[in-house]
Amino acid sequence: MEAKTANRKRNHFRAYKLERFFDEVMAGRDKFRSHYRNLVERLASLSRQDLTERQQLADNSFRNQGVTFTVYSDEAGTEKIFPFDLLPRIIPVAEWRHIEQGLIQRITALNLFLHDIYHNQKILKDKVIPRTYVEQAKHFRREFMGFKVPKDIYVHICGIDLVRDETGRYLVLEDNARCPSGVSYLLGNRLILKRVFPGLFENYRVRPVEQYPSRLLELLRYVSPGGKLDPSVAVLTPGRYNSAYYEHSFLAREMGVEIVEGRDLVVRNDHVYMRTTQGLKMVDVLYRRIDDDFLDPTVFRKDSVLGVPGIVAAYRAGHVSLVNAIGTGVVDDKVMYYFVPRMIKYYLDQDPVLPNVPTYLANEKADLGYIMDHLPELVVKEVNEAGGNGMLIGPAATQEEVERFRRLIRSRPRDYIAQPTLNLSRHPCFIDGKLEGRHIDLRPYILYGDKVSIIPGGLTRVALKKGSLVVNSSQGGGSKDTWVLED
Amino acid sequence: MLSRVADSLFWLSRYLERAESVANLVSVNLQLVLDLPTEQGKHYSKDWSPIIAGLGEEEVFRESHRRYDARTVAESLVFDREMPNSVLGSLAAARENARTVREQITLEMWEQINRTYLWICSRQAHEQFECNDWEFFQRLMKSLQLFQGIVGMMMVRETGWEFLQMGKFLERADKVTRLLDEQFHLFREEKTVQENEADTHRWPEYLSWEEWHAEDRQRIDGSHHCWMAVLQCCHARAAYQRLYPSVVQPVKVTELLLLNERFPRSMLFSVSRVERALRRVNGSEDGRFTNRAEKYSGQLASELRFSSIADLFESGLHDKMDEFQIKINRIGEAIREDCIFPPLSAMAEVE
Repeated sequence: MEAKTANRKRNHFRAYKLERFFDEVMAGRDKFRSHYRNLVERLASLSRQDLTERQQLADNSFRNQGVTFTVYSDEAGTEKIFPFDLLPRIIPVAEWRHIEQGLIQRITALNLFLHDIYHNQKILKDKVIPRTYVEQAKHFRREFMGFKVPKDIYVHICGIDLVRDETGRYLVLEDNARCPSGVSYLLGNRLILKRVFPGLFENYRVRPVEQYPSRLLELLRYVSPGGKLDPSVAVLTPGRYNSAYYEHSFLAREMGVEIVEGRDLVVRNDHVYMRTTQGLKMVDVLYRRIDDDFLDPTVFRKDSVLGVPGIVAAYRAGHVSLVNAIGTGVVDDKVMYYFVPRMIKYYLDQDPVLPNVPTYLANEKADLGYIMDHLPELVVKEVNEAGGNGMLIGPAATQEEVERFRRLIRSRPRDYIAQPTLNLSRHPCFIDGKLEGRHIDLRPYILYGDKVSIIPGGLTRVALKKGSLVVNSSQGGGSKDTWVLED
Repeated sequence: MLSRVADSLFWLSRYLERAESVANLVSVNLQLVLDLPTEQGKHYSKDWSPIIAGLGEEEVFRESHRRYDARTVAESLVFDREMPNSVLGSLAAARENARTVREQITLEMWEQINRTYLWICSRQAHEQFECNDWEFFQRLMKSLQLFQGIVGMMMVRETGWEFLQMGKFLERADKVTRLLDEQFHLFREEKTVQENEADTHRWPEYLSWEEWHAEDRQRIDGSHHCWMAVLQCCHARAAYQRLYPSVVQPVKVTELLLLNERFPRSMLFSVSRVERALRRVNGSEDGRFTNRAEKYSGQLASELRFSSIADLFESGLHDKMDEFQIKINRIGEAIREDCIFPPLSAMAEVE
């Protein structure tokens, strides 16, 4: 059967439409980019039926393993599998080196910036960034001014979203410096693709990704309080109803550490303990997947039931390390994003390897005029929102929506930025039995410990809805396995 | 071990055992309807209220005005998510617990629970139940047994394992007493049809041991199928045939299911396993206790170990089963309060 089908060559790309976007696989009609040639060859030996069967096999594997996320708005089936597309995205080694260099540069600058604004504020004194932007940032934690974090690292784990424009140039779309999620899907994608489609890997040397959990554990141990040897590490989750719960438990299992909820922890004499069947056991490092606001009801939001009363006092006393540190949310403010190229210049005296997407600040008079004049062409984002919420995509919006945003921007200019609508690159996806181009982005995961380590590739997210530019899983996005090739 | 994790493991295991025993109960009773003589079978399939009562699910039935015929009861006990004791309800609860401790159990364990749950929720499962319930139950049983096999094969024998044992065997002990109790009820039903109303004062729970034993022989014929079914509900048919090479006698069946030390489905075996798991968690010596859970389970195991079946009948079996259930509940509460969530005030720091 296999032999018979192997003889017949099929062109799955016959009806594939390129349109005006940068295509990851094809450089033109019938012209495949060289790093994809083996893959295309391999696909040609398979029928549509073969591909459909493998897709089903993959979907079933995800479902049986319960690799799911929770959709809050959806009442009935709250668990969904994260749609997975069979065709991997391939990044050639030279391209990856460039990305890596840019990411290391960026996270280094972000950490220097955070240290600076929570200590001497040189960058503000030198007026490189207007002081008010930092001080008004929703997640700026004034109460942690002068506080020393272990090894001076603020952002330990970062997921910087990248996109490619029409020319294929990589741009930074946003910095996720609080609790970026998705790494478990990346690892799951690789595992499942190897299982259902081993043949694809035959002619490639793909850099492995499965070392991530052990790197993460090394990092967590590296930032133990006072350099304590053999620290006790745990993952702090908001609980099983959180949309990323699967990921929290996955990482805990892979690292071989406990996963704890707020109710599992108690604070005594400024030390944090887990409640165990045998008594109280001290915790030294928490990889917390709870935002600052919910961490400690005695300090931040009083209504938080997820947090641990007293944990901030223990953190201040230097008895527990929190990863990422408290206060990193300030760089997730999209106004701060605008200033990252300046941070890179200021702290490192370099030009950004990976440029920003052109951005307009509604709070700046000149920019505001431009935004108002071009609103139907722009993408508008609320500075503290994530996951594709609080967003206007001008070209896809109705007149009413555009006007609604116009009013919002006028009344709260500090809360909005605008960017041109990007023509994100596209990648062929296997949709209803045939290949169609879909827009994608890339979220690499960066670990910042005694050195910077980046998982080769990242999570390629796909906007599965035809024509959609929104890749978020909560809005119909899926993902692909992402390959970085060996030298 | 984290208290919350211990709690989830305990309940995950308990719910799986519950799913299995309820599935088995329904399956065996559906077969029983076919085995009984026509009239008796017809009568029997009209009223399964004792089964509902035995599981304490009368409320759901009353509120939804459901009928008590075999089909309705069977379907409810398998597929009604609202019933805490239904197979689906138990599996859903087991899965929720498993999900919160997914990092503590092996991938294979989680996947097996998840697969079983997804399957029973599927339309295919429902269709199979409709057209051939025996096959449906076979498949369900195999899935649940596979889970036990995976656990036995892969899980490190440490605290987590012990909490799984506690949950499983405590539930098993409880279900054996309920099954026997319910069987005595069924017995009553049967007598009212076969004999006359005057006999109803002689329900087993009022019978003395001597009376019951004396009547045993004559009961055999009438109740053969029912007692055979009891054995099957506990997967005890082969064990019975091996240990008691004779026709099925109620006294012997009861003895096997309550007092046999070596049969893994008996009450004594189950309570001993709970006791053993508790000791292993705390590292406490045999013959002593360090908390109430150890004390109560030790007491109950000793009571069973040092009783003959005649002793248990002294106060009437129904009362005895009630008493056992109360004791089992008390062990469950003590496990929770002393071993899973010991009070914070009593907590010392451990290294």
